[in-house]
Amino acid sequence: MSKLSQFSRSLAIVKKDMLIFYLKGPVVIMGLLFPFFLFGAFLIGRDLSHAYLFVALIAMTAFFTSTAVGPTIIPWEARSKTFERLISSPISITTVLFGDMQASFYFGIIITSFISLTAIFLGIGVNLLIFIPVVVLALLTFSAMTILMSSYPPTDVPADVMMLSSLVKFTLLFISGIFVPLEKLPWYARAVSAISPLTYMVDALRYSVSMHGYFPLWLDLIAMLFFSLIFFFSGVVIHKRVLEKRFT
Amino acid sequence: MEIIKAEHLTKYYGDFLAVNDISFSVNKGEIFGFLGPNGAGKTTTIRMLTGILNPSSGRIEVFGMDMKKHKIEIRERTGIVPEMANPYIDLTAMRNLRLMGRLYGMKRREIEERSLELLKLFNLYEKKDTKVRGFSKGMKQRLSLAMAMLPDPELLFLDEPTSGLDVMSARLIKKIIREEQKRGKTIFMNTHNMQDANELCNRVAIINHGKLIAIDTPEKIKEIGAKSNVIEFSLSPFKFKEGIVEGRVEILGDKVKVYTGEVDETIKKIVNYAERENLKIVSLNVEKPSLEDVFMALVGEKNE
Repeated sequence: MSKLSQFSRSLAIVKKDMLIFYLKGPVVIMGLLFPFFLFGAFLIGRDLSHAYLFVALIAMTAFFTSTAVGPTIIPWEARSKTFERLISSPISITTVLFGDMQASFYFGIIITSFISLTAIFLGIGVNLLIFIPVVVLALLTFSAMTILMSSYPPTDVPADVMMLSSLVKFTLLFISGIFVPLEKLPWYARAVSAISPLTYMVDALRYSVSMHGYFPLWLDLIAMLFFSLIFFFSGVVIHKRVLEKRFT
Repeated sequence: MEIIKAEHLTKYYGDFLAVNDISFSVNKGEIFGFLGPNGAGKTTTIRMLTGILNPSSGRIEVFGMDMKKHKIEIRERTGIVPEMANPYIDLTAMRNLRLMGRLYGMKRREIEERSLELLKLFNLYEKKDTKVRGFSKGMKQRLSLAMAMLPDPELLFLDEPTSGLDVMSARLIKKIIREEQKRGKTIFMNTHNMQDANELCNRVAIINHGKLIAIDTPEKIKEIGAKSNVIEFSLSPFKFKEGIVEGRVEILGDKVKVYTGEVDETIKKIVNYAERENLKIVSLNVEKPSLEDVFMALVGEKNE
């Protein structure tokens, strides 16, 4: 079975996920409504530059949209008894998860592209040669993170996974330099922020609007690539290991 | 020609032994029934044979290929209806079939033609653009089987295909299973429905507590119980005292079933009892045991 054929079959998974999950209540709430309310709360009463606000808006949008779909797919499928049929077809678990990851990615890219147009209204000069690869790489990283999030515990209750993934997401949100720039954080908070992939996206986005950041741009890009590979492949390994528990 | 070959299959879930060292083979063009009570190990076996679960030990060969090494290639030639597996309720019947076709790598045109053909065959054509959410259990099961048959596989795995279905759906599914066999397909079917097994299967295997306890044609399996006969009688007014006859006794409504090797002696005892108690014999039949009777005897004995 060629890799190309498995990739083509993963697109069938993407289409299925788009038709079924994009308009599910929790996805709309956590992926669309929530980041805008959060951004509103962040904005009110603060005198911040447009560029700073734009970076926060894009980072929150990309982060919340691309992590809204993925965590719930497998538990949802397990609950509605469609998962066994899916994995008994001629595709590998890796292909199923790659399809789910792409569904998260495309959801993120559609919404984030649309929100990125605010740069025009805010009159911000954005270096698209930096902005586009950074957003794409960040969305891949966050989408891969959802594969890891949905891997454990092997539950068929989507709310369980949503709760755990929300806990992780909020923790990352507050340590990643969105609300307080990295250079203003104490050294120990900066050390913690280094383990968050969102930190590198925010830092790289600042390059795209102001040509300077806390870390070198190449480090931001490599860190996101590293996180995306680690998240996806460790997620696949855990999903394979706990597969049996989904049936017992 | 052997299509499935299972050798010394064993499956543990933690410390629990679900399947205990079973070996069997299924020949090309055969409908092979896998019978057993709930929790006997049927679904675990089918999940190992379809590569969803890995056996703790033992070996599986399908189409002469090792399941461990050629899982995807084997599944390309196999259609599966897992137990309790539903189609996607948020998709229409047609979209469910299209999804399955794409997962099997079929061409767009082929998917459309075959889907319409199967929707007609399963009496679902009128509902092709209706979301599955509104389907009855029978309609969902028919769609499930249509999804499994879409790539025209050589081998079908069906886990409880008629369980809990209305009579019409169950009859339609059984008819289609027979037709698939006539087209040279091999069918492996898990069931606890003895009538289905008796009507459809060329050979059956009986599993209980993870262990194979019998494997043969339905008629040969019935011969295991041939040494005993079933005497079914009814008395009016209905009255029956335990111990008046020897052998296994079942009271079913206003009828009594006695499993015994001593037909003459048992009938005399029943007649004497009726005379003594002034009861009218409404009916009295002597029959050979059915597959279900033998199954109950085998499984019951093992359970004891």
